[in-house]
Amino acid sequence: MPDGFTTPLPAAQAARQGPVEAVRCVDLTVREGEILGFLGPNGAGKITTLRMLTTLLAPTGGTASVAGCDLTTDPAGVRRACGYVAQSGGADPNIGVREELVTQGRLYRLSKDQAAVRAEELARDLGFADLLDRKVGALSGGQRRRLDIAMALTHGPRVLFLDEPTTGLDPGSRADLWNLIRRPRDAHGTTVFLTTHYLDEADALADRLVIVDKGVVVAEDTPGALKLRHGGSIDATLQDTFLAITGRGPAQADAAPVSV
Amino acid sequence: MLLHDTALIYGRYLRQSLRSRFALLFGVLMPLLYLLFFGPLLTGLPLGGRGSSWQVLVPGLLLQLGLFGASYAGFTIIIEKSQGVVERMRVTPVSRLALLLGRVLRDATVFVFQAVLLVLAAVATGLRAPLGGVLIGFGFVALLTVSLGSLSYAAAMKVDTPQEFGPLINAMTMPSMLLSGLMLPMTLAPAWLDVLSHFMPFRYLVDAVRDAYVGSYTTAHMLYGALVAVGFAVLAVTVGTRVLRTAGA
Repeated sequence: MPDGFTTPLPAAQAARQGPVEAVRCVDLTVREGEILGFLGPNGAGKITTLRMLTTLLAPTGGTASVAGCDLTTDPAGVRRACGYVAQSGGADPNIGVREELVTQGRLYRLSKDQAAVRAEELARDLGFADLLDRKVGALSGGQRRRLDIAMALTHGPRVLFLDEPTTGLDPGSRADLWNLIRRPRDAHGTTVFLTTHYLDEADALADRLVIVDKGVVVAEDTPGALKLRHGGSIDATLQDTFLAITGRGPAQADAAPVSV
Repeated sequence: MLLHDTALIYGRYLRQSLRSRFALLFGVLMPLLYLLFFGPLLTGLPLGGRGSSWQVLVPGLLLQLGLFGASYAGFTIIIEKSQGVVERMRVTPVSRLALLLGRVLRDATVFVFQAVLLVLAAVATGLRAPLGGVLIGFGFVALLTVSLGSLSYAAAMKVDTPQEFGPLINAMTMPSMLLSGLMLPMTLAPAWLDVLSHFMPFRYLVDAVRDAYVGSYTTAHMLYGALVAVGFAVLAVTVGTRVLRTAGA
């Protein structure tokens, strides 16, 4: 029985101009322990889907279950089972790194002592143990990302959602981060669901890709199979494959810093 | 769980406030200026109540502190929204009610602290009031802060930039102060203004605190004031929690 989630989720987002259907019908299944890449042009509905799956936004229809918990009847269960790294992070720049990590642990119902131990553990595993006594605002972009990922992994979630994890980082940091993203899956079998605009990242990290456009899924398979089917050959670039599927390129990778 | 979560959120935000002297003292400046420079003008005037002019003015100033201070509480959440902090917390299992209560209880703590400072300054300028009445006054400040803070956070969650938020709050606070009889009692007002002020919840609160400040604890004013204060707080917290639960996009 595939663990992970299935989601046919039409959702209407009320905007000032009237309802905007950001996600019309996204139907997908993610297998436990796989890294799934979620790609699509701007406005495809990637962020909205992610926010629905992490209980931040209520879907207007359809069903979904994440790690065995139903999204509408057991949102608390979903929250306990998943971790989320937003593009803008989520750590308060004016607070110390250690304090943020410990508070995060306690938000996930760890005791004060457990949270403190976990903070040290995560900092060690993710390579920022020497930064624990600094303020979050003093960290570089790459260090901030490590902290964001640590905060999402505090409670050992079964599913990790990442929204454009390496946007705005320099190439060295990006490569480091790719290794960090593989680790929870390799070590603990954590399922990873990431959205990205970087096709090299999708190619390198993802076991399978799901491509959405205008609120529906337009392609779903391993990178190799997609290249074969849509790009013409297994050596086609993912760029050409993407263009063939959606008729246009992925959104411009944002060169601006991730956090302001 | 609710208690644990609320204590956790409260502790986090209180620690933040304690780190900033500005944050701790910011709200008290305006009422203090009124106390020092407007208060002395009232000492000879017939204000219609029992007790000295200070016993009429200071209750109004306390509620002015709560009104202007707590209404702007939402600014901090707009900044946190842009940093991703609010979203990050909403993904965790923490109770949505706790996310609100922890914040407004921190605000209530800060404003009661400022209220104490204000009353001490007032004692220096000539206020004499029964201790019980003074404590009741602090209680009303706390309830008002919880109410207006909750509504402020709710409004701030719906707005995207501080520039939109400021004018919205400005437009509400000044008329509220003028229409509630905070500066001078509405008993001095012509009938039409008096009637209008009965639609303002703060009118009932200030009447209650003015009674408390002259030692009348069992009046109709006190009853209405308590009912309005508690009712308003319950309503506001419900609205605020709902916004935190359903805020999306």
